[in-house]
Amino acid sequence: MFDYNFHWRPVMKSLPDLLEAALLTLQVAVLAMILGILIGLCLALIRLHMTGPARWFATSWVELARNTPALFQLFFFGFGLGAFGLHLSPYLIVLTGLTFNCAGYLAENFRGGFQAVPDTQVRAARSLGMTPWQTYTRVIIPQVFRIVYHPITNQMVWAVLMSSLGMLVGFRELSGETQFFASRTFRIFEYFAVTAVIYYAIVKVILLSSRLLATRLFRY
Amino acid sequence: METTQSFFSGFTPYDLLFLGEAALRTLWISVLSISIGTVLGAIFGWILYEGRWIATLTIAPVLDIFRSVPLIIQLVLFYNFAPIVGLNLDPFASGLVILTIYTAALVANVARGGIEAVGLPMRRAARSLGMSYWQDLRHVVLPIGGRAVFPSWVGVALGVMKDSALVSVLGYVELLKASQILITRTQEPFLILTVAGAFYFALSYPLSRYASHLENRWAQ
Repeated sequence: MFDYNFHWRPVMKSLPDLLEAALLTLQVAVLAMILGILIGLCLALIRLHMTGPARWFATSWVELARNTPALFQLFFFGFGLGAFGLHLSPYLIVLTGLTFNCAGYLAENFRGGFQAVPDTQVRAARSLGMTPWQTYTRVIIPQVFRIVYHPITNQMVWAVLMSSLGMLVGFRELSGETQFFASRTFRIFEYFAVTAVIYYAIVKVILLSSRLLATRLFRY
Repeated sequence: METTQSFFSGFTPYDLLFLGEAALRTLWISVLSISIGTVLGAIFGWILYEGRWIATLTIAPVLDIFRSVPLIIQLVLFYNFAPIVGLNLDPFASGLVILTIYTAALVANVARGGIEAVGLPMRRAARSLGMSYWQDLRHVVLPIGGRAVFPSWVGVALGVMKDSALVSVLGYVELLKASQILITRTQEPFLILTVAGAFYFALSYPLSRYASHLENRWAQ
């Protein structure tokens, strides 16, 4: 049918390496998500409660992260910072780029979540004698968490997909490793087809486990 | 005779023209893929809504693949797959095909959400007023459902515009690729990346603000 012979053997031989690289992809995505959630939470709270330079800083972070391509952000952390003598390793480029991006997107989700909890609940909790810290951790955060649970899952999927851009800054995660092998054997199609399958599997596993977790977390 | 040779030349006003031309290419491929992809996606969304289990078995998984595999992998895969089946596509055409399908996969979900947003009673009312199925779709579902999902459609369109930066892996000289070329020549990464980022930002920021403004107004 095709005037082309598929050679899957080299791909199968390097499959262990690819799977190992897939773990690296997951690792960087999970790390970026954890950092992103923490920073995103701070950015959202700053945008909601503070004024002045802090608010300005948070707003510009969020808008820059949301309105420029992720690849541009990676290039910026990779090459742009080089102008200031800051040279990050490929791993750090991808990690900072992903964290920057995830934090920006998550901050917007968190802000929506916080705004969805009515102000009256804060006042009710405070008049029951709760400290501000208790109010936040026991009344507001649980409700916000429910609202932002699905956006967080989506962002996790995006983080995995986005980490594939590491290939363009020389990071040897799943895509970078694939490109490395592909350019060594010239079996580009075969290698990238297998990689696509691996990505698909990773995404499905994330979505499935998130759904299972949701049924346990939100039983009431 | 000169003893040292300068390999790098500075950033000249002429380079701005080069960047501008590349920005137009970014715009061109985005506009084309977004408009074709939106039409396709609307059709897919309608099939997903009407098709019941046949659609869930056929189209839905295919669209799901395009949403679960990194765009960069899709691009490389298609670019290397086309010659196997005897198609000789240039980077622009391959990028356009994949970006269009990618847009369609994202828009399909949005479109289905739009059709679902129109209440069944309203559609029954339209039919009992003597409208045909297509009249109902054209004069009731399109204006009401379209308005409900317009903000999320803008989000998808802006996402595709930003993701069009990835076509640079195939060698299509769009804005980000052009800035990379200039960086290699001038060694001024910070300046050039700022210019490129400013362009994306200037395009994306007003549109996303407009979309959220509409969302707020229509939510009332």
